[in-house]
Amino acid sequence: MMRGTISLARFSASFCAAVLAFLLSDGIALTIVAAQPSIDFPMTPKKSTVTDTAQHGKVPAGPTASKASVAVGSFAKQEGTRSKFFPPGDWPAPVNDQEHRLFTLIDVLEYRPRTGGSQGHDDYRWDLEGWYGGDYNRVWFKSEGQKDTAFKADYDVDFQLLYGRFMQKYYDFQIGPRVETQTFRGRNVTRGLGVIGIEGLVPYNYEFESSLFVDQNGAVSARLAFTKDLLLTQRLILQTRFETNAAVQRVEEFTTGSGLNNLEFGGRLRYEFRREFAPYVGISLDRSFGETATFVRQEGGNPSQIRFVLGVRTWF
Amino acid sequence: MKRLLVHILSRACSALGVYVLSLISRTRQTNSDSISRRLLLNGIAALALLASSELLVPAYALANTTLNPGSQTALSGDVIDLTIGEQLFRLDDRTGPAMTINGTIPGPIIRLKEGQQVTMHVTNRLKEDTSIHWHGLLLPPVMDGVPGVSFAGIKPGATFTYHFPVKQSGTYWFHSHSGGQELLGMYAPMIIDPIEPEPFRYEREYVVMLSDWSFESSETLFSNLKKQGGYYNFQKRAAGEFLTDVRRMGLWTTIKNYLMWDQMRMDPTDFADVTGYTLTYLMNGLSPAGNWTGLFRPGERVRLRFINAASMTFYDVRIPGLTMTVVQADGQNVQPVAVDEFRMGVAETYDVIVEPAEDRAYTIFAETMDRSGYARGTLAPRPGMSAEIPARRSRPLRTMEDMGMSMEGMDMGGRTDPHGGMAMPELEPSGDTQKMKLSDDNSHREHDHGVQPEHGLHTKPGMNVGNQGRSKIPGAEPVKHGPDDHGPGNQMVAEYSRNRLGEPGRGLEGSGRRVLLYTDLKSLVPYPDQREPEREIELHLTGSMNRYIWSFNGKKYSEAPDPIRFRYGERVRLTFVNDTMMEHPIHLHGMWMHLENGAGEYLPRKHVVVVKPAERLSVAVTADAPGPWAFHCHLLFHMDAGMFRVIEVLE
Repeated sequence: MMRGTISLARFSASFCAAVLAFLLSDGIALTIVAAQPSIDFPMTPKKSTVTDTAQHGKVPAGPTASKASVAVGSFAKQEGTRSKFFPPGDWPAPVNDQEHRLFTLIDVLEYRPRTGGSQGHDDYRWDLEGWYGGDYNRVWFKSEGQKDTAFKADYDVDFQLLYGRFMQKYYDFQIGPRVETQTFRGRNVTRGLGVIGIEGLVPYNYEFESSLFVDQNGAVSARLAFTKDLLLTQRLILQTRFETNAAVQRVEEFTTGSGLNNLEFGGRLRYEFRREFAPYVGISLDRSFGETATFVRQEGGNPSQIRFVLGVRTWF
Repeated sequence: MKRLLVHILSRACSALGVYVLSLISRTRQTNSDSISRRLLLNGIAALALLASSELLVPAYALANTTLNPGSQTALSGDVIDLTIGEQLFRLDDRTGPAMTINGTIPGPIIRLKEGQQVTMHVTNRLKEDTSIHWHGLLLPPVMDGVPGVSFAGIKPGATFTYHFPVKQSGTYWFHSHSGGQELLGMYAPMIIDPIEPEPFRYEREYVVMLSDWSFESSETLFSNLKKQGGYYNFQKRAAGEFLTDVRRMGLWTTIKNYLMWDQMRMDPTDFADVTGYTLTYLMNGLSPAGNWTGLFRPGERVRLRFINAASMTFYDVRIPGLTMTVVQADGQNVQPVAVDEFRMGVAETYDVIVEPAEDRAYTIFAETMDRSGYARGTLAPRPGMSAEIPARRSRPLRTMEDMGMSMEGMDMGGRTDPHGGMAMPELEPSGDTQKMKLSDDNSHREHDHGVQPEHGLHTKPGMNVGNQGRSKIPGAEPVKHGPDDHGPGNQMVAEYSRNRLGEPGRGLEGSGRRVLLYTDLKSLVPYPDQREPEREIELHLTGSMNRYIWSFNGKKYSEAPDPIRFRYGERVRLTFVNDTMMEHPIHLHGMWMHLENGAGEYLPRKHVVVVKPAERLSVAVTADAPGPWAFHCHLLFHMDAGMFRVIEVLE
């Protein structure tokens, strides 16, 4: 109990620090961006509608290709002056295309019954993420919690708070801090990390999440995950999941060896009573390698596991 | 016992109501100017009774707060009062909050006379701002009713007075242009009788207003789509369909096809963003079970004024057993075309004439484009009758052409499918003989009612549907896009766009029915401005289904708030290139769009044109209305997501 309280306190302290760091760096940039009436994206060359059309006007295509297309856009230029259309300030916008929303997806929230033998435990696991923001700029939050996996002998909890920018039509580029807490030799250890991530939909409809982590001591690690939904019926859906971790430096406190840490394959069969609410059953094959496996074994864990899971996928 | 009495009473009222209805419509036909106000009021009273009796619920539930659906009454005169209010809408066995015009869904029919001046006092009894936009009407820009473009909107408790001359005739409608209010019931028909006699004859007329209703709030619908673009699609390709396809087409072809769509991160079943999962499809405010009924005497010519007032739904309309003669499109007279079925984009209107000869009921069947549901009503010689409801067709699939892809370099294995590939149409290039024959048939179609056109189709080179283009898709044209393919908010670009005016639309091919094509639409008389457009503005329809971003040229309205400028008096060509995989009903306020469909000087004019996936379509606009005008996709959530612009005509 005492141990739990201390870890919670340390965790929240790191969390506050992380939030502060976020606000000082990306947060301000985001605020500035949000404060502008029309967002100017440095990633995309800014073009007005008219220049767009001028560019397209050169295309001699079309059912009734226009002889006048050379003139496209010149009118606006020669006019030069601002438009007469100045809606008064108290008029509302005609559309609501800048609304901000809050989204939370609890992709994994599951109970893992003990698998027999003295080593197994009943335990729980979660993996959630979400965002707040508009179409292009979002604040992302992610959290994972696991206990007695092939990678983490006892519990491991992490939390990320990231700024994300939508780019390349399918991907969010994310940057921000992460805190991770786990037990090591019976005590809690916590570290802060910096995160650069890319998340999105890759060809063949795989949800893709990759992150590069640098911890406070400069140790570099990475995570890669893919999930894909296979529709058995419109509501009965098999989610396949692949995740792997790797590290450059050995960090014994976090049972992380250098090189490939672990590989995990999972299949979760869910039934979507609603899109937002889908209970599932599944199986997870999880294995750690090399030094990592040794560390996990030293901590009393099992570096090679096959677990049945029972859980709920939900979002709101 | 009491319930039985109520039931009997309600039946009697229904009969009375329908009788009064037919009386009104007959009176109007013979003497459309002089409908006495008293008769109208009587009609309203009777209809109120009729409508409430339809509810078939205990008497205590028939409170004033519950709406009266399905009325077909009309308001006319020089001064009309409209009140926007919040009410409960009862549909089958459920009740939900609604926003109404004068207490009904749809709101009252407004019936005006071409040439009159009209004054409308619109009072807002809601807790939020509202507006009324007169859809398709030519009027001063400040009377157009678009908050943020024409005016500030109507504040709660305030009354806004619209005042404008009525300069046109035909079937139109009006609706809220504020947020999601349209989906909550704020729409109503508007009929404008012409000064000149109509060029066609009929003995009876009905407005058939199609719409869609959800018990979820429009905010919820929009939010769900933003969070999961395929939220409402329960017709995706699942394992069962895969196995069926394997049996029919072989394992390898099927796998290749499925992988191809997956590779592109596209869903070929994406036909409607919001589906029958949450929507109930309404005809004159009644559900399919409510069965709106219009009465006729066998042998009469009945004019049906179809209006698609849905927020998010395309309808395919047919009346099994009857041929429909299309006489107006978007309120404008066209050379009559006899069809079995027509597709209605959101906000389009079509007037058709039917001649039910037999003494039996006919089903008016409006199936949604994605086949997830239907609106239904009945034409019957007597109340209480119904006819067979046709089976729903299987949902169609998008094809490579809809993606704007060249067919070159792609192995079309699907020729092995002996059934013409209805289930896997992407394996059938649409240049196939069947379709070509169909469009040929249509161009040589008999035009009845003695208004034979004196011109040929395809007067412009390159408009010919059968023209062999550079790719294997007939008529396909390579498209140039910006270096970043319209930026992150646009998912795909059409590498090849083409003229698809001669196609009936996905899901209507090869049915054997005569389906209305855009190339069938030819105005009855040439419109005065026959100038060739002086310049062209090309707009790409863009978007991302995954994020539910919709835009023009890859920019949402908030990213490109500067108006597109027209010079007053100029003739300008707007060319739309649809880079998305969905149909978009593009609506221009304040001015007509002359659809360049190859009809020469008989180009039809429309207020909404449907642009098919990967289509290049152009319209000519005579910039004769100075001021700022809204221009947008009429799918409610596409507009709200940013597929919106202001077009400003500068003097």
